Amino acid sequence: MKKINIKINGKKLSCSPGKTIMEVAADNNFFIPSFCNHPDFLPKGNCRICVVEIKGWRKLATSCSTEIEEGMEIFTNTEKVKKARNLNIELIFAEHIEKCPTCIWNVHCSLLDLAERYKVEIKRFPDRKGKRKTYKFANAVEIDGTQCIDCRNCLDACSLLQNINYLELKGKGYNQEVVPVKTSCLFGEKKKVDCIYCGQCAVHCPVGAAQEQSQWEEVEKKLKDKNKIVVAQFAPSIRVSIGEEFGLPHGEVLTGQIIAGLKELGFNYVFDVNFGADVTTVVEAEELLERIKNKKTMPMMTSCCPAWVKYVEFYHPELIPNLTTARSPHVHNGGLIKTYWAEEKCINPKDLVVVSVMPCTAKKFEATRPELKVKGLFPVDNVLTTREFAWLLKKNNINLSKLKPSDLENPMGDYTGASVIYGGSGGVMESALRTAQSLACGKNKGSLCEAKLDFKDVRGLAGIKESVVSVAGKKLRVGVVNGIGHIEPIIDNLKKYDYIEVMACPGGCIGGGGQPIPTTNEIRQKRIDALYRLDKNKKIRRAHENLGLQKALKWLKGKGGLEHKLLHTTYKKRS
Amino acid sequence: MNILSKIKKAGLIGRGGACFPTAKKWEAVEKAKREKKYIVCNAAEGEPGVEKDGYILENFPERVIDGIKIALDFLKAERAFIYINHKYYKKFFGNLTKLIGDYPIEFFIKPIDSGYIGGEESSILNIIEGKRTEPRLRPPFPVFSGLWGYPTLINNVETFYNVSLVKSGEYKKNRFYTIKGDCLRNGVFCYPENWTIEKILKETNNYPKFSFFVQIGGEASGVILNSKQLKQPAGGAGSITVYSEEKQKAENLIGKWLDFFLNESCGKCTPCREGIYRLKEIVSSPSPDWHLFRELLDNLEETSFCGLGCAVPWPVKSYINNVLGDKPEKIFKNLDRKLFV
Repeated sequence: MKKINIKINGKKLSCSPGKTIMEVAADNNFFIPSFCNHPDFLPKGNCRICVVEIKGWRKLATSCSTEIEEGMEIFTNTEKVKKARNLNIELIFAEHIEKCPTCIWNVHCSLLDLAERYKVEIKRFPDRKGKRKTYKFANAVEIDGTQCIDCRNCLDACSLLQNINYLELKGKGYNQEVVPVKTSCLFGEKKKVDCIYCGQCAVHCPVGAAQEQSQWEEVEKKLKDKNKIVVAQFAPSIRVSIGEEFGLPHGEVLTGQIIAGLKELGFNYVFDVNFGADVTTVVEAEELLERIKNKKTMPMMTSCCPAWVKYVEFYHPELIPNLTTARSPHVHNGGLIKTYWAEEKCINPKDLVVVSVMPCTAKKFEATRPELKVKGLFPVDNVLTTREFAWLLKKNNINLSKLKPSDLENPMGDYTGASVIYGGSGGVMESALRTAQSLACGKNKGSLCEAKLDFKDVRGLAGIKESVVSVAGKKLRVGVVNGIGHIEPIIDNLKKYDYIEVMACPGGCIGGGGQPIPTTNEIRQKRIDALYRLDKNKKIRRAHENLGLQKALKWLKGKGGLEHKLLHTTYKKRS
Repeated sequence: MNILSKIKKAGLIGRGGACFPTAKKWEAVEKAKREKKYIVCNAAEGEPGVEKDGYILENFPERVIDGIKIALDFLKAERAFIYINHKYYKKFFGNLTKLIGDYPIEFFIKPIDSGYIGGEESSILNIIEGKRTEPRLRPPFPVFSGLWGYPTLINNVETFYNVSLVKSGEYKKNRFYTIKGDCLRNGVFCYPENWTIEKILKETNNYPKFSFFVQIGGEASGVILNSKQLKQPAGGAGSITVYSEEKQKAENLIGKWLDFFLNESCGKCTPCREGIYRLKEIVSSPSPDWHLFRELLDNLEETSFCGLGCAVPWPVKSYINNVLGDKPEKIFKNLDRKLFV
């Protein structure tokens, strides 16, 4: 391909055509600030802080929306640029009411960073949004109008990316405000809409106006409570993402450091949700085989993504029978901690507090579903996002990257390669297929019986992935939806599938609404790659071969109704 | 010679205010190899103080419709929209409908709440497509990717009128001037495009005997000139508003402009949404920071998303420069004119 020759700040560069100035600058380590630009979206050109000077151009240009041209001479830091950029940053700062002391962004706030970098006056203009409302969506996500800087990334996330259309811009000019709506006009049709708590607004918000409803303060209190035994469990995906919060490369695996960090924070015991993921896989694979055998409702659909479950309950309650009844990994794990493990440790489950560290905002909502209660207790008491966990560590001056890796608690410490890949889109499907194929083969692993380990068709960042897999002599047509924005065409063609995995967030949990910011496709891919590396290096890569799990499930078998209660759940229509 | 060559030869420029060469737009849409093309006739006339499009629609509707039909035939466009404000629609739609005949020309009434920005060409595209009233990123320009992504020619009423004249060989480089304000004969007049403002005022018996200044090209975004600066043509949308120096108080005028822009800003970009709010805050304060005021104006001009935001400083800066004279601090505390030169 023909290269385009340009100069940035005097440095000659040869670049691929079609790129924007901002992209080329980033590729070549020239810093250009931005609030409203995100690689997931088309450039909007709203915030106007990415302005640059181009030789021969009458006016400054926004680098997010200006494509490079042959011979362009670009300057990123002239007096003219500085003046305009700094003033726009100051104007934006005055939209954002600082709540720094309790803001989990405090340690890496993009506004404060830019103020520091450019020495801008953060109080040049009086705050003007003091009376704006905070909109709360269940207990999961909130949009705080007093902090919003009108970049509109949340709108792009909710509409363009997720196609939920729950957020709209009300009013105009300085009065405009992002608000949730009850109905949305789509293609000339009025449709009821509701939040699915995916948190994509939050993970795309540059200033923490859209964010998780935090629980770290509550968790801090419980940690100090002498009468409680507080245990933590962490999701498969956060081990490959949390390093980013501590300046480590994308995809750095920090399993042992996370355990050590949680212990440093004062958690009495630490568990890995990977164990729970193996449980989920086994329950789900068995259900799949049973549905095939008894010709029950097909296609079967995964249910471990709580945003997807909320989507079904609200938008497509007719599909509730298609959802697997298997509980999600952290709920399985939490349930076992409060029964199996508590019994083993002679702990009264009522004294136990289970805190999940999740890549997800919707898990906060999921944890409060009353149908999940086991013996009157919620399996999970609190859910922290990856970002909240990182904030707690930083707040306590714990540098995760410097910690000596620690080990897990037994007897729920085993996990297989199948559980790790739960964190990426296609991973749940792949894990279930590994187990289903293998279980269906039974003991006669003859030449006719196929039991694969790698299902590469269902991996990756494509919006929709498809494959045909042979299970129990049947050709299973499987589909994977990577991001809820891609779901509708699949729902229109349900007959084409026997088994469908849906993850509401692009990339799956590694791209979850509670993950470190920024999250882009490049970063999603690096986190996913790390998960598959972990899987590949595991000796045992099928969930049902997890010995600790076999022991736990055997224990459950003798507990009568508890087994079903602890492994399965129910759903209900919501309106 | 085809119509494009004729337009080129006549040197037609757009009469919407931006003065873009008409032939360039037509050529781009004509060259585009796409299965559909659209035409929009902008009859929003949202700039206060400009009334010539209404005058043309009233007096020469056949020319306007003829111009749109010429464009439809020449560009082989699928459909043309007359994007028209509600007042004009009520007044002229009967007459225009008859003239349209069976040509694929339809009306699109400018939404009442779309305001000032609802007349800006890329916002018009959004409105017709049912999207939020605000400007689009350019490029892609509408001539390449306009309505529903198809090449779209957007011209002003007067431009289509001129196209019709060019076709029939009657174009004489005239244009329509709206004259308003503190003068005797308000109205719309047709004179050569190179006449000076002074000549037009004298010719229409509107040259004031009192001390005065004028605003050229609209009462919102138009530039202010004093009575010694009138030996130049009236550019933009060709309007001349006369202000009596005695009647028009500086603080009222600046306040009026800022209020107008504050209410009309769509909210998309920082310099316009936040900048105008702060400008208003500064002029309302007991000790205005004129240095910051000037910075905010420059920032609007330099970094606004659309042309309307870029135009906000024009009346304010030119008024301070051309009218307030050497002692503006008499009117505005601490105001240093040097800041605005």
